[in-house]
Amino acid sequence: MMLIKIIAVIFMLAGLFFFTTATIGLLRFPDFYSRLHATGKGDTLAVFLCFLGLSLYNGFNLTSLKILFIAVFMCLAQPTATHAISRAAFRCGLKPWMKEGENK
Amino acid sequence: MWPEYTEQSDNFGGKNKMIRVTDDVIIKTIARVLTPFIQVYALYVIMHGHHSPGGGFQGGVILAASLILLLITHGWAETKKKFSETKTAVFCAVGVLIYTGIGVLCIFMGGNFLDYGKLGGLLMVIPPEARSLGILGVEIGVGITVMAVMFSIFFDTSTGGNSPEDETTSSLR
Repeated sequence: MMLIKIIAVIFMLAGLFFFTTATIGLLRFPDFYSRLHATGKGDTLAVFLCFLGLSLYNGFNLTSLKILFIAVFMCLAQPTATHAISRAAFRCGLKPWMKEGENK
Repeated sequence: MWPEYTEQSDNFGGKNKMIRVTDDVIIKTIARVLTPFIQVYALYVIMHGHHSPGGGFQGGVILAASLILLLITHGWAETKKKFSETKTAVFCAVGVLIYTGIGVLCIFMGGNFLDYGKLGGLLMVIPPEARSLGILGVEIGVGITVMAVMFSIFFDTSTGGNSPEDETTSSLR
């Protein structure tokens, strides 16, 4: 039982690590597409790991099943939303950031 | 290299910017897969309103969100088969009718407005159970009305008051 809780805490710490990297990417990257790239991937994995850790920590009952459902639907919906936002920006003609002298 | 913004894929000749049929397979498929699960979750929120967070308002808004998701991904022609404007008006009225009907029924049974305990004689249960069932009925009514009104608000603000249904029927004539 102790081992499961240690594994759960490791999962949650990994999730927090990915949240931190996603936030650093959001703050430091230069333009819209790369920021979306950082947060879209990082947050999805972080939410999944955090919820997996929470459901392991909670034990084998109905509440952890509900948490797992939330994790699965987050994994479906979050990349789709990122895709829709970036696609809308692309179709509206937003140009990505490039280095000086590389503009096509 | 980067495409200019075009309005080819818009519904209704590019007049409506919010409701359009997307030609993207990923968005369409995920919206179609997720919509029934969102609706089941909304029913769960409505049903568990009296012993967990949630209730008629929240569940109704989630139901409306599933319909709005269908509307902004699949367009009006596809959504109309499931939830037309006529149905919106009817559901607005029916929800309020359920709410008020239960309230007035309590007056007829000899209590105050929404005094659910008095419904026990009608439902053949003890008053505490009648209270629980009465709250459930009222929340179903609230949920139906909130769903219809939220959908109608989104639809009216996105079309700017001109219903595409009018345009299609007038073009058919």
